[in-house]
This record gives sequence, structure tokens and C-alpha cells, in this order.
Amino acid sequence: MPNLKWLLSGILTAGLLLASNPVVAVPEIQHWRTANGVPVYFIAARELPMVDAQILFDAGSARDGERPGLAMLTNSSLEEGAGDWSADVIADRLERVGARLGTSSRRDSAVVSLRSLTEPRYLQPAVDTVARLLKEPTFAPEALNRVRQQMLTALQGRAQSPGAIAQDAFYQALYVSHPYGSPPHGTAASLNAITRDEVRDFHRRHYTVANVVVAIVGDLDRSGAEQLADALVGGLPEGETIPPPPPVPALTASQTLRIPHPASQSHLLIGQVGISRADPDYHVLYLGNHILGGGGLVSILAQEIREQRGLAYSAYSAFSPMRQAGPFLMNLQTRNDQVDTALEVAQTTLRAFTTDGPEVQVLEEARQNITGGFALNLAGNRNLANYLGVIAFYGLPLDYLENFIGVMNGMTLEQVRTAWQRHVQPERLVTVIVGGEPVPLAAPTQPDS
Amino acid sequence: MSSSRILIALLWLALAPATFAAPPVHEFTLDNGLKILVREDRRAPVVVAQIWYKVGSSYEPSGLTGISHLLEHMMFKGTPDVPGGEFSRLIAANGGNHNAFTGRDFTAYFQTLEKDRLELSFRLEADRMRHLLLDPEEVAKEKQVVAEERRLTTDDRPQALTREQFHAAAYVTSPYRNPIIGWMQDIENTTPEDLRRWYQQWYAPNNATLVVVGDIDPEQVRDLAEKHYGPLQTSDLNPPRPAAEISQLGERRIVVKTPAEVPYVMLGYKVPTLKSGDEEWEPYALAVLDGVLDGGNSARLSRHLIRGSQVAASVGAGYNLTSRLEELFVLAGNPAPGRSSAELEQALRAEVARLREDLVDPDELARVVAQVVAADVYQQDSLFYQGMRLGILETVGLGWNRLDDYVARIQAVTPEQVREVARKYLIDDRLTVATLEPLPLDGSRPAAPDAGVDHHAIR
Repeated sequence: MPNLKWLLSGILTAGLLLASNPVVAVPEIQHWRTANGVPVYFIAARELPMVDAQILFDAGSARDGERPGLAMLTNSSLEEGAGDWSADVIADRLERVGARLGTSSRRDSAVVSLRSLTEPRYLQPAVDTVARLLKEPTFAPEALNRVRQQMLTALQGRAQSPGAIAQDAFYQALYVSHPYGSPPHGTAASLNAITRDEVRDFHRRHYTVANVVVAIVGDLDRSGAEQLADALVGGLPEGETIPPPPPVPALTASQTLRIPHPASQSHLLIGQVGISRADPDYHVLYLGNHILGGGGLVSILAQEIREQRGLAYSAYSAFSPMRQAGPFLMNLQTRNDQVDTALEVAQTTLRAFTTDGPEVQVLEEARQNITGGFALNLAGNRNLANYLGVIAFYGLPLDYLENFIGVMNGMTLEQVRTAWQRHVQPERLVTVIVGGEPVPLAAPTQPDS
Repeated sequence: MSSSRILIALLWLALAPATFAAPPVHEFTLDNGLKILVREDRRAPVVVAQIWYKVGSSYEPSGLTGISHLLEHMMFKGTPDVPGGEFSRLIAANGGNHNAFTGRDFTAYFQTLEKDRLELSFRLEADRMRHLLLDPEEVAKEKQVVAEERRLTTDDRPQALTREQFHAAAYVTSPYRNPIIGWMQDIENTTPEDLRRWYQQWYAPNNATLVVVGDIDPEQVRDLAEKHYGPLQTSDLNPPRPAAEISQLGERRIVVKTPAEVPYVMLGYKVPTLKSGDEEWEPYALAVLDGVLDGGNSARLSRHLIRGSQVAASVGAGYNLTSRLEELFVLAGNPAPGRSSAELEQALRAEVARLREDLVDPDELARVVAQVVAADVYQQDSLFYQGMRLGILETVGLGWNRLDDYVARIQAVTPEQVREVARKYLIDDRLTVATLEPLPLDGSRPAAPDAGVDHHAIR
């Protein structure tokens, strides 16, 4: 029964699909620069006495150079000591006021985030602490070694995970010697080689006014948010803007990698170089991908792989736009003896979608899902802060949220189809398969068939 | 040192009044027994509806493990009025998102929608509460999907596999010994008829709680619920037979050998919960003890084992006081490179021994309380999570209003009480230890272990 004929069956659909898009009250984004020049993005959310702040540095693994893992080691070591405070003191200062500190490091960005109650007696100590670890981390040798050991253990964890192995191989095949090919979590050889001076130097060059933006969502007025931003980054040195990573060369040929692993299931990643966050086709490809494999169980890929054939638990596709072109990929996992079938279905699905584009009804329903669900994405401070962080880091326009529904509503089927054909070449893909040889299985019992 | 102690104690006092009251909960019950809980949260024009059934893996008899979870998957496969796939399609086309989750003590379904579309959720959920089709072909296909889910989330993940074996070893008679997703052979052998019986027994208004959180008027929720859920028939409920865990008579140990790189060790002590215990203060004291060990980067496990002795690369503790049955207080971690699982186990046992011997410092308690007070505010940022807390408490039989005094109960815990629960429960005779021993990842399969020891040899 479940297939892609979008039957408008039964009374349940009547009226509902005709419902117009709700008017979404998009919160206002305020934007200014601190006295020392740091761009700040702020949304006031006055209902709960709490605030989320993200400090985003242009200091991700694309800046690793010859030392994969350097950006992450630096980011993870910030909270291990600052000024004359040890890691114990830092943790204690934050947690005794109920504050939560987060650090994360990806390919483009290195982020420090703070969630705190807004009453000054809680907020103030938390902010002072974060400001200090941004500005004067000590990177004590002992602390660095500890974080290094933790990262080495995490690397071992990746080596036992077929999904992680597939991901690393995929990025490596896609980006070769481009900075995005450098694994954010590093390599064992590199992690062991990184010196304290290299970490200090990385911090000195990247954790600066010229390379940071701040996003704040919470129970503050404008002047409260200004004070918060000043307190967080007011002490950072000026620094120099670092040029963006170079453009990513397109794939020249298809490539298939099979990596053995003693797993009962094989992990498949199929894809190519996608788009940058600034690409004018961002929205139209977002819509197209939502239909192909980004929209959950109703997407074409999930229907073909999971709903119709029972080949996998998870099957999806995604664009991951970055400062430069991020990947487009399809991902699924299936029992080892079904790999060829699943691969064939995924390839065929992508080819058909690229050639034919979506059906009208499917496009309309995906559009309804995206626009009708926009209010959901903006509900809650955490969701808003994540949106705001992206807007801030990539310098998207301040009316980005306001215009989102209008842009989605303005796109035609033909635009989706031609944009897809411009960007996706199903005959030129990187395919990575990590898993075991098909082992002789007892035939799966199907007592009811 | 003593002056900073005083300062911290003052901070503790200062923190106490910070509790920020959550909006009230409105409670109704329909004639057919469906309980409805509504919390208004007007921050965004959005509403979350969750329907919670009192059934989960801890209700399952031997041979039918995983049936609650498999049924959860089948709930998306259609009714006479809403054919397979339509449910997801309708929610998506109305801008919503939806999913479901199965636990040991509950099965829950949810939709998040723009506030004016709440009725769609009620219409669809009420329909599939009593009218599910269980087409044999769809069942066969979905069993394959669940088998893939099991491979993805357990079989090919060394730590998850260890955790599964750990629970199977720690419990003898408690149904918490079985995995939520079920043993592979049970997934394979479950029939459509098994599913039909399970469905008819447990999916009924008198075994469910509807939780709605969002930009919505409670009276409107009541009216809509009456309209859609009101006509549904009740079911004769046969509560699962009591399956209390028998007394443990000494320490248990298991080893799990599987291809892996990172060693892992788990310790679990049998402890009471709010529902399963006799002394009401004990679970709160155990929750505080959990915070002393693992309440953030300043807590003892990070401070002593990751930083101090550096025996652990990662380490944590966990305790769930809202479980329906007797629980495990778990400590687990990966040894640091060059250190062994045995060393990490000894370090964890030493931390537990210290809790039995010494009173925790007032400033440690103050920090735990500060985090609980702050978390109580942070949790109100998520509609979904607010609903989840209400739904769990109601479904395990504690009642949602346990939320009201949670912070006060945590604040009331004394250092003496923390030591008392440590002395009573965190003792060797209540302990199970599981150690993951990595086998080489050379692409070849290990020799099959002795039959009957490792169910994965069955594959």
C-alpha cells in the first residue's frame, strides 16, 4: 500500500491540505558590534529567566594545516585552565551557579556556548569565567596531554564504528587535499605530534576579534545583551582576519571504496561535492532534498529503501553547506548480504529524481511541510539560538527568517528540477561501503509469509 | 578553605529562591478512562501532543521480547480509514513532525504541530488506538526494518552490546533483563497474531494518558479529546504479573568479548526507585548521590578519575528514579590509554567506598542543588521535554504532580542521607560488573563463543 501515489483518500485530508500557511511571528533579530568590533546577533526572549549565548570562532578543522586535530584540541582544552584557575576551579565556578558550558569544533567553526540563569548573581560569575577561558587559556602541558589522550581514545572509538569509518573515508575521498578533508578529530600521528606551542599559536591567531561572532537569545533587554557581549568578548585581542578556505574542486570521476569491518551490517555513503552556504541555490536544493531524502519517512529514499523494501532502519539524504562547498550525501545501513540491492535502489532513486524531478503533488506537500513547520523550528530558545548562530557565523541577512516562507512559496517545480540537475551528477559519485562479508545466515524466518 | 566553604553555603541559600514556577497542569479524565494533562506554554504558536500507553518491554513475557517496540513500528502501517503511510503523509503535509518511542515502562507517540492543527493529531491517534490493521506482509517487512535497527543500535556497537549483556546478567527475574528492542530471535519469531493480541490488550483509552503542551486552551483540548477519543471502547486490562527481582546473593561478573578497540567497564548496584521502594526519601538521596559523582565537570568522577588520577578517558554515573521497577545505579567508563579496565573498576569502587565512609561536603550538595534548580528552568524551554516528564510520571503510576515538589525534595536531602543510601545499597552483594574485552578488528569474525552464552552467535 504505501507508495508514492499520493492518494488524497478519505475525509481526513479534506480541508487540511488547503489550510493556508499560518502567520509565523518571526522574532526580531537585533544586530550591532561591540566597542571592540565583534558582530553581535540578539533575539530577546523574555518568558523564561535564562539566556543562551554562542561564541563562534572561525577556527574549525579547516584551519588545521599540517596538524589534523589541532583546532579541536585547542577548543577542547579551553576549559582545562585559564589565568590562575585550574580546570577544577573553572568547572566549580560555572556549576555552582547552575551554568552549562559547551565546546564544539567542526570543519568551519569552533564554538563555545553558555546557558545560564539571567539573575546577575548567577549570570555574572558564569560570564566572567567564560570570558577568561576565551582570552587567557593556559594550555598547561598536563591538561593538554589529558585532552590529547581523550581524543586518542575517541579515535579508537571511531575505529570500531563502521559508520565513523565510512564518514572519514567519504570526506577523504571527496576533499582529498582540501582543508575539509582533514578529519576534525585528528589522526593518531598528528595528535601525538602537536606541541603546546602549536596550540598556543593556534589560539593566538584564531580566537580574536577579527574571527568571532556572538549570538544571544534570552531574557535580556538590549542594554543587558550589549553588556553580556562586551563581557564575553570585550577582552579579546584584535587579530587578523584569516581568508576563507579555497574553493572545492569538483569530482572528476566516480570512485567506490569497500572497507572491510567485522560488522553484521554495512554502512553506505554515496555522494559528491555539494554547495556552500552562500550558494544562490541553497533554498531550492533544500526543498529538493527534503523531497528526495530529507523529509523523514515520507521522503522518496525512505519510501524506496525502508517502507517498500525493509532494507534499512535509516535512509536519508542531505546537503551540508559550509563556508565552501560541503557534501551532498545519501546514507543507509543494511545487512551485509543486501548491500548490492540497497546500493542499486539508492542509485536508481537518485538518477530518477535528477532526471524527472519531483511530482507536483509531492512538491506541494514538501513545501507545506517546510512552511507549515517553520513555527516549530523557531519554538524555544535553544532552537532560536541554533538558527541565530548559523545566521551570525555565515553572515546571512537579518531578514533571513522573515523571508524564509516567502522564498519557499516562490519556488517552482522547474526551478527545483533544473537546480538539482545543475548541482547533482548521479554518474559521478563517491561511494563508500564499510562492513563485513556476507556471512551465511540462517534464512530469516518469516512465519507469516 | 573554610572561608570559601562559607561563601558557597551562602550562595546555596541565595540560590534556593530562584525556583521559577512552571505554568499549572490541567487534568481531566474522560468517561472511558483516558487521562488528559494540559500545560499552557504560549511562547510560540505551537503545540505538542503525546499519547502515552502503559506498556513497554518490562511488560513482555519471555519469547515475546521486543513486541512493544515492533508494535510501535506497526502503528504507522495503517487502519481501515487511514491506509499505511497516510499518517506520516498527513502530519508532514500539515507542517508537523511526529515520531514514537518505546521504553521499558511506556510506549509513546507524539506530534508537534502549529497550534490550529491539533485536531489532526487527535483524529489520527484516536483512530489508530483501536483500529489498527496488522497486515502480515507489512509485519514481515517491518520485522526486517527492526532487525536492521537492532544491528545498527546494538549488535555492531560494542558498548551497547556490553550494556545489553550487563542487564541480562544483573537481573534474574525482573523483565528489565531484556532489551527494549528485543532479542533477535524474538523479533524474527513474532507473528501478526502475537501483535494483534498485544495491541488489543494494551491500546485502549483506559490504559493511556494524553499530554498536550503548548499554545492552547485547556478547555479546547478537553472538547477535542471528548470528540475524538470519547467514543473509544475500553479494554479489559490484565496487569502484568509481578516480576520482582529476586534477592541478589553476591557479586556478579561477566566478560563480553567482541571486535572493538576501546575497553569499557560497567558497574551496577541494585537500588530502589520512587515506585519500587519503601522509603520515599531514598530515591531522592540516590539522585543527589548521582549528582555528587557525575553532576557535571566539577563532580567527583571528572575531578578525580579524568583529571586527578587520569585513570579514565571518559566516565559517568546514572540513576533513574522514575523507573517502575527496581533499578541499577550504574557507573561506567573507558580507561585512559595505557590504563586497564581493572584499574578503572578499582577507582570506581573506591569512589563508592568513599561515599559509604565519609559525609559529602555541604558545598558539593550546594552545587548539586544549584544545578537541579537551574535545570528546572532550562527544562521549560522545550515543550516536548515538559510533556515527556508529565507523561513518564503518570505512566509509571507515580502521578504527574510529583514534579511539583521535586526541587524541594532534592533540597531536603542531607549528607547523612546520602551516606545512608550508599551504605545500604552501594555494596558488593548488590553489584554486577561487566567488562568489554576487545577482540581484534581485523575484518574476520571471532570464533563463535559457547552456545547459549552469547546470543549473537545465533546470527
